[in-house]
Amino acid sequence: MKQRLVVIGAGMASGRVLEHLTDAAPDAFDITLFNAEPRGNYNRIMLSPVLSGEKTYQEIVTHDAAWYAERSIACRFGEKVEKIDREMKVVEGANGHVPYDKLVIATGSNPFIIPLPGHDLDGVIAYRDLEDTQQMMGMGPDNKVVVIGGGLLGLEAAAGMAAHGVDVTVVHIIGHLMERQLDEAAGYLLKKSLEDKGIKICLQANSKEVLGHDGKIRALLLDDGTELPCDLLVMAVGIRPNTALAQKAGLATGRGVHVDDQMLTSDPDVYAVGECVEHDGEVFGLVAPLYDQAKVAAQALLEEEAAFAQKTLSTKLKVTGCDLFSAGDFADAPGREDIVFRDPSRGVYKRLVIEEDRLIGAVMYGDTADGSWFFGLIKDGTNIDEMRETLIFGPAYQGGDTADPLSAVAALPPEAEICGCNGVCKGDIVEAINAGANDLGAVRASTKASASCATCTGLVEQVLQATLGDAFQMPTAQPICGCTDLTHEDVRRLIQGQELKSQAAVWQELGWKTPNGCHVCRPAINYYLLADWPLEYQDDPQSRLVNERKHANIQKDGTFSVVPRMWGGITTPQELRAIADAADKYDVPTVKVTGGQRIDLLGVKGEDLPAIWSDLNNAGLVSGHAYSKGLRTVKTCVGTDHCRFGTQDSTGLGVKLEKILWGSWTPHKLKLAVSGCPRNCAEATCKDIGVVCVDSGYQISIGGAAGMDVKETELLCQVPSEIEAIEVVMAVTQAYRESGKYLDRLYKWLGKVGMDWVKTQVVDDLENRAALVERFELSQSIYRKDPWAEHVRDKAQTYAPIADFTLEAAE
Amino acid sequence: MSWIDIGHIDEVPLRGARLVKTHIGCIAVFRTAEAEVFAATNSCPHRGGPLSEGIVHGQSVTCPLHNWVFDLNTGEAQGADDGRITTYPVRLEGGRILLDDSAVAQRSAA
Repeated sequence: MKQRLVVIGAGMASGRVLEHLTDAAPDAFDITLFNAEPRGNYNRIMLSPVLSGEKTYQEIVTHDAAWYAERSIACRFGEKVEKIDREMKVVEGANGHVPYDKLVIATGSNPFIIPLPGHDLDGVIAYRDLEDTQQMMGMGPDNKVVVIGGGLLGLEAAAGMAAHGVDVTVVHIIGHLMERQLDEAAGYLLKKSLEDKGIKICLQANSKEVLGHDGKIRALLLDDGTELPCDLLVMAVGIRPNTALAQKAGLATGRGVHVDDQMLTSDPDVYAVGECVEHDGEVFGLVAPLYDQAKVAAQALLEEEAAFAQKTLSTKLKVTGCDLFSAGDFADAPGREDIVFRDPSRGVYKRLVIEEDRLIGAVMYGDTADGSWFFGLIKDGTNIDEMRETLIFGPAYQGGDTADPLSAVAALPPEAEICGCNGVCKGDIVEAINAGANDLGAVRASTKASASCATCTGLVEQVLQATLGDAFQMPTAQPICGCTDLTHEDVRRLIQGQELKSQAAVWQELGWKTPNGCHVCRPAINYYLLADWPLEYQDDPQSRLVNERKHANIQKDGTFSVVPRMWGGITTPQELRAIADAADKYDVPTVKVTGGQRIDLLGVKGEDLPAIWSDLNNAGLVSGHAYSKGLRTVKTCVGTDHCRFGTQDSTGLGVKLEKILWGSWTPHKLKLAVSGCPRNCAEATCKDIGVVCVDSGYQISIGGAAGMDVKETELLCQVPSEIEAIEVVMAVTQAYRESGKYLDRLYKWLGKVGMDWVKTQVVDDLENRAALVERFELSQSIYRKDPWAEHVRDKAQTYAPIADFTLEAAE
Repeated sequence: MSWIDIGHIDEVPLRGARLVKTHIGCIAVFRTAEAEVFAATNSCPHRGGPLSEGIVHGQSVTCPLHNWVFDLNTGEAQGADDGRITTYPVRLEGGRILLDDSAVAQRSAA
């Protein structure tokens, strides 16, 4: 007698089970197939091409009515299974019972819906089935859609709708797209391609609430207060195995329905396949392992020997024009080595991960032609020691060129600005070279490129070399570090000229040789990005040296020093009491008066920092930035308030300057002083910027130092009014921020650009001075704030250990 | 080998580190990529600098005091410097960071 087989769920995995079974043994089973969706098996992974209009639903149907009829499969579509009675061996459907000898559970998975307030409003959907797809296809150019989730599915949904002209925004909680398949560099290139298709992408964005009107969605609210208006919200944030039925039936379940290597559940007559199962601690979302499972389950049902084994997987995104490939393990195990290849001019990124002479992972973007070859090497565990040097160039390539260090400059379009001072584009320079200017001096003479502040000299030379080839001898320039061949000046100009606004963009577009830089280049790039793109770039604490990350100075024993700000060196008895109380409360071993007219608490334990800051904040004290490459102090004398020689209110000006400049980041530390008369009690003439008050106004001089080098300032200008003095100081600070090399004190920068250039920028050209002031103010709208208060509020727990085993009772 | 759950990966900043305190000293847990962690002693063999405060790059950390660079796979100092830090087995399971408990219990024997 035929055995009775019941299958619950008509998805891709169970569909494959039925194919194998009816092909191998057409008469072995009487089959009944339940499906909650009112249709049979279709190719769910092709929903994205249906959405984008490249395919129709009819084209992705795998099994039609005729197929089921030919195989005498009794279809119970659109009927929900209420219960499995394992004792009686009966499946209870909504329209009646079906007894079984063998049962296959293929209930698949449910999309995860984030339980945000408002998630049940009309217009909030997942991306899972044909109904969802049809709802998305109903959107047009007049609609706005937000997709939560920058993974495979979310991006396919976004691209599909964008293809119909819908205004789509993708909201992703992580710092780069598809973080499970891609690293940052590939994620950056993907973001760029999607943005070129008109899709807006918000990274590191936390959704807070779905806002509605009359029961229908109106907008998505992010926790930073941004409102994204939308007519439809698609949540594509992952799936959860659907185990409800199996669990109710008393089968062993964890994240999914537990199965062994034969796809057998804890009941010897019940099998499970597909996205609902958990095998060896893993659950499954990609189709390849589901097909393997289906084959094993079919063989097991026919009592043949078979075993399911998990394999390395590869991923491709089904979005036209976004060529990416990812396979294997590129971010999970220690003991590995990276090979990175970047070709900025073609937008290509490749990274191979090698462990013990075997390729174990590959990520590629832009050129994925060799993907299957690499995937083969990964699956076969081929020893690649012999071809390690040329491996990344693929199977067709053995021996030959390495990446061209000039490619970043070669990739620039003719309209890219090389020289910011004189507004000279690459095209102008190339034209001059073609007209006979064959060295730096000739280019300067004919175009003025690099003839002013000269920081773009390296780039002009690279344009010469790229245009003239071997006819031009490159002078040797010092690159930032081993991660790049470019100098600080080159990188800075390219960040500005190519509008690079993230570290991943810099690494990729400028051909970095390491995955994510090193301790030398990271702080420099972080500074250049935040100084050039204050609104777009977010400061990265992990690219800062410890003092700037922790907003305190580390001491040789690992403790820290805490220096609250005293504006212009002025304090009050109440502030002094708060400092004394803090010193007592936190057992501060040393209290010292600094040269910058404030008080240093030395020897504070790292874990105590948020608490001591909070106490000081409560007394109105804020960070003195005594640790920063930024504004330190504005030292003052008492001026006209008390001094019989004082000519102007030097204390008042000092306080004003400090309140304007505090919190700003500069290439190196920045110290100011204001003296009330030429007796110069505030020692203004050995500061980075010094102001000396005289009867007729304010003398501003710059470029002093009293450290390893001792230098007297040079006079920049004298101005009649306090307001003008403040503007000149802001403008010169901004000029230094914009063209200074990271870790050059102001006097070193002055030595490179020259006093004449600074004068033309901030003294003679009033329009330019105003523009510098405006850009400084723009940046300060972000950075003029107390980092201590922020860390107390948001980051206090990061100052404590993640785990503390010393607190457990000793044995 | 038995494993101790010390926290979730999201509690460690990307390219950053957090400290685990034990009776015999501090262990630094480094997060080098979205889903990649290493564990090693927190103390630099040069002058005892706290490695958890260093800049994390590739699969290395740079000591914040004098820029010694250590490969977190082997613990070996890179370049001209000569020295080694003790590393500890650590792994990720469903986002949880699991540290080999012998690192916590018998650190002096490691």
